[in-house]
Amino acid sequence: MTASVKWRTWLLYLGVAAVVAYCLAPFYWMLVSSLRRSSDIFDTSLLPTSVSFENYRAVFSPSQGFGRALLNSLIVSGTTTVLALLLATFTAYAMARLQFRFKRLILTLIIATSMFPVVSIVVPLLKLFTDIGWINTYQAMIVPSMSFVLPLAVWNLTTFFKQMPDELEEAAMIDGCTRGQAFRKVIIPLAAPGIFTTAIICFIAAWNEFLIALSMTNRPSIQTAPVAISKFAGATQFDVPFGSQMAAGVLVTVPLVIMVLLFQRRIVAGLTAGAAK
Amino acid sequence: MVDTKIPPGTAADGPTGTAGGGGAAPAPVKASKRAWATAASGRTAALLVSPTLLVLTVVVLYPTIMAFKESLYGAKGLDPETGFISDTEPFVGLQNYADIFGEAGDRFWNAFWNTTFFTVTTVGLETLIGVAMALIMHRAFSGRALIRASILIPWAVPTAISGLLWRWIFNSDGIANALIGNQVLWTTEGFHAKVAVIIAEVWKTSPFIGLLVLAGLQVIPKEVYEAARLDGAGPLAQFWRITLPLVKPALLVAVLFRCLDALRMFDLPYLLIGAQKNSVETLSMLAQNEASNVRFGPAAAYAVLLFLYVFLIALGFVRLLGADLVGDVGGPARPKGKSRLRRGSIRNSAEVSA
Repeated sequence: MTASVKWRTWLLYLGVAAVVAYCLAPFYWMLVSSLRRSSDIFDTSLLPTSVSFENYRAVFSPSQGFGRALLNSLIVSGTTTVLALLLATFTAYAMARLQFRFKRLILTLIIATSMFPVVSIVVPLLKLFTDIGWINTYQAMIVPSMSFVLPLAVWNLTTFFKQMPDELEEAAMIDGCTRGQAFRKVIIPLAAPGIFTTAIICFIAAWNEFLIALSMTNRPSIQTAPVAISKFAGATQFDVPFGSQMAAGVLVTVPLVIMVLLFQRRIVAGLTAGAAK
Repeated sequence: MVDTKIPPGTAADGPTGTAGGGGAAPAPVKASKRAWATAASGRTAALLVSPTLLVLTVVVLYPTIMAFKESLYGAKGLDPETGFISDTEPFVGLQNYADIFGEAGDRFWNAFWNTTFFTVTTVGLETLIGVAMALIMHRAFSGRALIRASILIPWAVPTAISGLLWRWIFNSDGIANALIGNQVLWTTEGFHAKVAVIIAEVWKTSPFIGLLVLAGLQVIPKEVYEAARLDGAGPLAQFWRITLPLVKPALLVAVLFRCLDALRMFDLPYLLIGAQKNSVETLSMLAQNEASNVRFGPAAAYAVLLFLYVFLIALGFVRLLGADLVGDVGGPARPKGKSRLRRGSIRNSAEVSA
């Protein structure tokens, strides 16, 4: 009996190790490759022979315009997140607390739009934005991004609001608050963690967007970071700058990884709330 | 954290909760909700909901209608800067669609089959790996925090970056070839390019399925397994007869989401292999490519067909799942994974004390 328990424990540890290795190995490879010198970029040793920040310097060389791309990414995904949260907080509150006709239908429709193929709106919007001169502007990326960030925010926040007990507002309203005051003074402060989690999930979704940013821009100075990295130029036409691409990839991913590690509990809760209910 | 502030009685305001201990708690909550349903709350609701609906109308509904209309117009390769395109594009009726189903349809059907092939293979593999991950996570207590942190990494890496990362891994002199001791030109046309895309996509998304299935696993009460064990069910029988059926709703929802997401796959094949590569071109890539070449009419037709395809698959799932999927959306709150676990333990302790 004890032998089989021991054996099982080891098997479990093996499974845990396999899952962790599966998830981290490619990311680790990106990190290791980014720290190699360009002369030994094709090494396949698990540790860099000599750690070098050459690739990171190359990323921030003015010709790549990567700093600007990071700023663009921040502006686009930040604005999208703030706008989506602003609208979604009110809508989600109504969905969670108020009784009205067609509520279920409206919520279903809102969520259905998040599953919409992005290209189906990019094609007509590309034509529209070309006509009205919006190509190479921030709003040309922010507006289409709302199509998938806003439903995500509504859904997540609705679940968060529903989890808060009704008694909170009832007590506030009995004490003389209007519903608006109860919402502002009781619900919002208590829902802050939920709103914050939703903000992180929305921000990551917007930050990772590629198709819209690729289609709506053709000037390097307005491109977001993922698009800019994909267009990094090497020394020659046939030389793909893998080293600097990996370094830039690490730079774009590390802020997200840090956020994820800090708030992993909440993010997992938010993700499973948004999708598995 | 929010969940810790919630009294257990209100958390049980769900279909799963009422089955358990707190039978008395949901009743007053429901009653008070009904009392609030007044005409005033309807007006407030309209005020609160309409901005979101307005924005979604502008960014989703209007473009969709425009795409339908646009797909009836032919391509005029005019300079996009002049802004005269809509005036000069000829109305061609259903010609764009006729082309797709006629002679010029090779590229469309290739993209269609690629999209379908990727969706079926990646979602199938992701489900297998995701369920395995969830089972390991559910059993593991010591390494759970580490697993949860690492499982979120593939999810957080932007798809575009993971496309570039995997292109580096699958480089002819890259680590993948070094590991298998072979020289495969992964990123050139051919079946191996499909394999590369599938591997990269499965890496990025199976942890997501794992998380959702784990949330489903955590609501299964331990007593069910104990009863099964007493009845002499082995681990395999327990998995097939208990775990799988009980986790099925969560799994099906996860699979639906992954399917709809895989059908619109763009970033990964675009960056891993490249644009206009027959072996990996998906419908999204085809539509985007046509649109970026100012052939808006055919592009819109492809986009509309992709939309209809996604819509049909979603409809099929809703039929399959029935009220399980849509019904719960507007229904009472179902607590999330973590709080489900906590509530489960609360319920259990309540039963023990009673």
